[in-house]
Amino acid sequence: MVAEALFFSAVLFTIGVIGVLTRRNAIIIFMSVELMLNAVNLSFVALSRLYGVTGQVFVIFVMAVAAAEAAVGLAIIISIFRHHETVDLQNINLLKG
Amino acid sequence: MLLLQAASPALSHPLAGTVAEYVWLLPILPLIGFVINGLLSLVASYHPGPADPDIGHGAPHAPSGAQGAHGSHGAHGDNEDVHAAPRRPAFASIVTIVGPLVLALAFVLAVAIFFAMPGDMATPFVKRFFSWMPVGTDLQIDWAFQLDQLSMVMVLIITGVGTLIHIFSLGYMRDDPGFARFFAYLNLFVAFMLVLVLGASYPVLFVGWEGVGLCSYLLIGFWYEDKANADAGLKAFIVNRIGDFGFLMAMFLVWTNLGALDFVGVQSAAAALPVGGPLVTTICLFFFLGCAGKSAQIPLYVWLPDAMAGPTPVSALIHAATMVTAGVYLIARSSFLFSMAPAASLTVAVIGAITALFAATIGLKQWDIKKVLAYSTVSQLGYMFVGVGVGAYVAGMFHLMTHAFFKALLFLGAGSVIFAMHEALHHTHSDQDAQDMRNMGGFRKYMPWTFVMMWIATLAISGIPIFAGFFSKDEILGAVFARAHDSALAEITWLGIPGTWVLYGVYLFTLVGALLTAIYMTRLMLYTFHGPNRTGEREREHLREAPWTMTAPVVVLGVLSAIGGVINLPAFLHLPEGWTGGLEHWLEPVVGESALRVTFGAPAEISHSTEYMLVGIAVVIAVAGVLFAMARLKPAALVPKAESPPERGFSRVLENKYYVDEIYDDTVVEPTVTISKNLLWKGIDAGLIDGLFVNGSAWLARGFAAIGSWLQSGQVGTYAWAIVVGVLAVLGAFTLR
Repeated sequence: MVAEALFFSAVLFTIGVIGVLTRRNAIIIFMSVELMLNAVNLSFVALSRLYGVTGQVFVIFVMAVAAAEAAVGLAIIISIFRHHETVDLQNINLLKG
Repeated sequence: MLLLQAASPALSHPLAGTVAEYVWLLPILPLIGFVINGLLSLVASYHPGPADPDIGHGAPHAPSGAQGAHGSHGAHGDNEDVHAAPRRPAFASIVTIVGPLVLALAFVLAVAIFFAMPGDMATPFVKRFFSWMPVGTDLQIDWAFQLDQLSMVMVLIITGVGTLIHIFSLGYMRDDPGFARFFAYLNLFVAFMLVLVLGASYPVLFVGWEGVGLCSYLLIGFWYEDKANADAGLKAFIVNRIGDFGFLMAMFLVWTNLGALDFVGVQSAAAALPVGGPLVTTICLFFFLGCAGKSAQIPLYVWLPDAMAGPTPVSALIHAATMVTAGVYLIARSSFLFSMAPAASLTVAVIGAITALFAATIGLKQWDIKKVLAYSTVSQLGYMFVGVGVGAYVAGMFHLMTHAFFKALLFLGAGSVIFAMHEALHHTHSDQDAQDMRNMGGFRKYMPWTFVMMWIATLAISGIPIFAGFFSKDEILGAVFARAHDSALAEITWLGIPGTWVLYGVYLFTLVGALLTAIYMTRLMLYTFHGPNRTGEREREHLREAPWTMTAPVVVLGVLSAIGGVINLPAFLHLPEGWTGGLEHWLEPVVGESALRVTFGAPAEISHSTEYMLVGIAVVIAVAGVLFAMARLKPAALVPKAESPPERGFSRVLENKYYVDEIYDDTVVEPTVTISKNLLWKGIDAGLIDGLFVNGSAWLARGFAAIGSWLQSGQVGTYAWAIVVGVLAVLGAFTLR
């Protein structure tokens, strides 16, 4: 049972990574990141069957942080959209050296 | 350490507590003059003062383009009124008093010390002032002065002749805008020269040695607006550096092998060295390299003729009477080393003899009156080196002294002639060469005092009996002849030639040199003072004798040149006891032991009959030279420089000084410049250091920065890719491990 959960978690994580790498829309990238977080959460929960409850406690932490991150991240995306009238990250390269 | 041992018996030294305790005042007096005159010169350059109202806009007057030709003229006026009332340089009255006064005081002090000094003083009086370079426990160099019979002779010559030349300069430099600067330099020179001869150790001597070199440079380039003069100063300075290399090497060798640098210490340590060993020979040869630079011997003589670019009193004081004899002094001072190195001594004598003959031949065909005297000086210095080279240190010093008299006189006389020529040419705005003898002639009528005195000096330098130069030159020739048998020099082989033959060769060279000396000096006199006047109708009216400040020193030197020989009359004259060999006895405590070592303990005696023959030959040679020149040279046939045809054949080679300057240019200067320019400058400095190291490191940093900057695209996606790739790489590495 644990093995299947871990396999599923790995698939979810990989989908998230591919989403981050291939998509250009900031919202979708953001959602992919959430997918990756939740894939990790899934592994924690699955592994807590073997190693005790610590993993589940950690999941609560991750969800709390993810919620905060979502609030801040979405606020940033909105402010970027106000400025550039797009959320396509190709056009946002202010960090260029 | 050795010096301290020497200092303790000095408490009971005969000179302790006498006026000799004030020996430190000797260089300090001219130094005070330097400070005062130097400050006045600085002030004058900012405040020309009411004495010269328009020093600024008077264009420098260079009538002939000849070196040193603008000696007596500050600025060129536009009308005759300016000539009638020449402007005085700023502060001239103060400089007039201070400049010669400090020298006169120093001379008085020197005379006082001389009379306090007992003639049989066996040990030198070493006066220690302070510790100069205390390095560790071994190297202790003190600032100390040494008074003995040898330094006393030099001090008297320097201050005595120096005072006369300072007085002469008052007249010669009267209207020069650099009047104060000139006397500042001249005072500084005397101060350093006195340090040179008074120094009790090689390093202190070297301070004076370099100091006089500096002053020589400053005074040769005194009229530095003319590039030729500045170049001549540079040449003197650079050529002397080669000699100084030798001096330094010798000092290093002395220190590392003998463990002392003060004369007393070196002398006692040197006694343990093997006679003729490679070490002492090397040391002496290095010292001689230094002497060859300072005293203008082959191959380093080339700077001295160019040094005539300086004002004529400078030529008289520095480049004839004192500084250039420093090399002779150094060898006499180091006689305890040279007498132990027969090969090195013989080298000194041979170089001296070749120089004496070589320079004399060049002197035969020079037209510039000062150039003749310059080559004559080189030649006479060669005689002095022959003297000290064959171990006749007294003869060398004797000739140094008489030469200081008659050559200073010749230069001052030439200075008076140039001064008169200059005034005359200045009045008529002529651009003739004021120093070319072809433009002179017949000065006997216009400058009777100078004429008579110059003839005295000419007879002295030619070696005509009774005059000073006869005794000193004859003593050198006799010494060479006497040491050709039964001496350390005759026993060795020098470059495969037996020493006896070498010495006979040296004798022959010096004898022929004496003949040529008589010829070129008579030639100078004939062309300058005899025959018809060639200055031109208008100039002739303005020719007149120099002012008394210039003639008086010339007359004093004339008397000394005439009777200077009495200080060391030869024994064969059979004069009463006490009349003969004065200088010989005086210098006996300093160089006597060394001179005896060369001749195996017995004085170098030749039978009186041989001596009469030698003197006879020398006199015949000298008289023949003078008469030959008088008979063959026709001053009446001379035409002014501008109309003279070019010389042909060997005369042309002589007139061009054997093209030595050109040869040096092609073999030494040109390769040095080319290598410096193409390899050292363009290759190593510009290419390697600037290009590779300085600019190269900048390029490297810029390249790395460009790569780093290119990586920072600002695309978050790219960064994400980089992170993923990195993570995969790390994971892969862990997995595959």
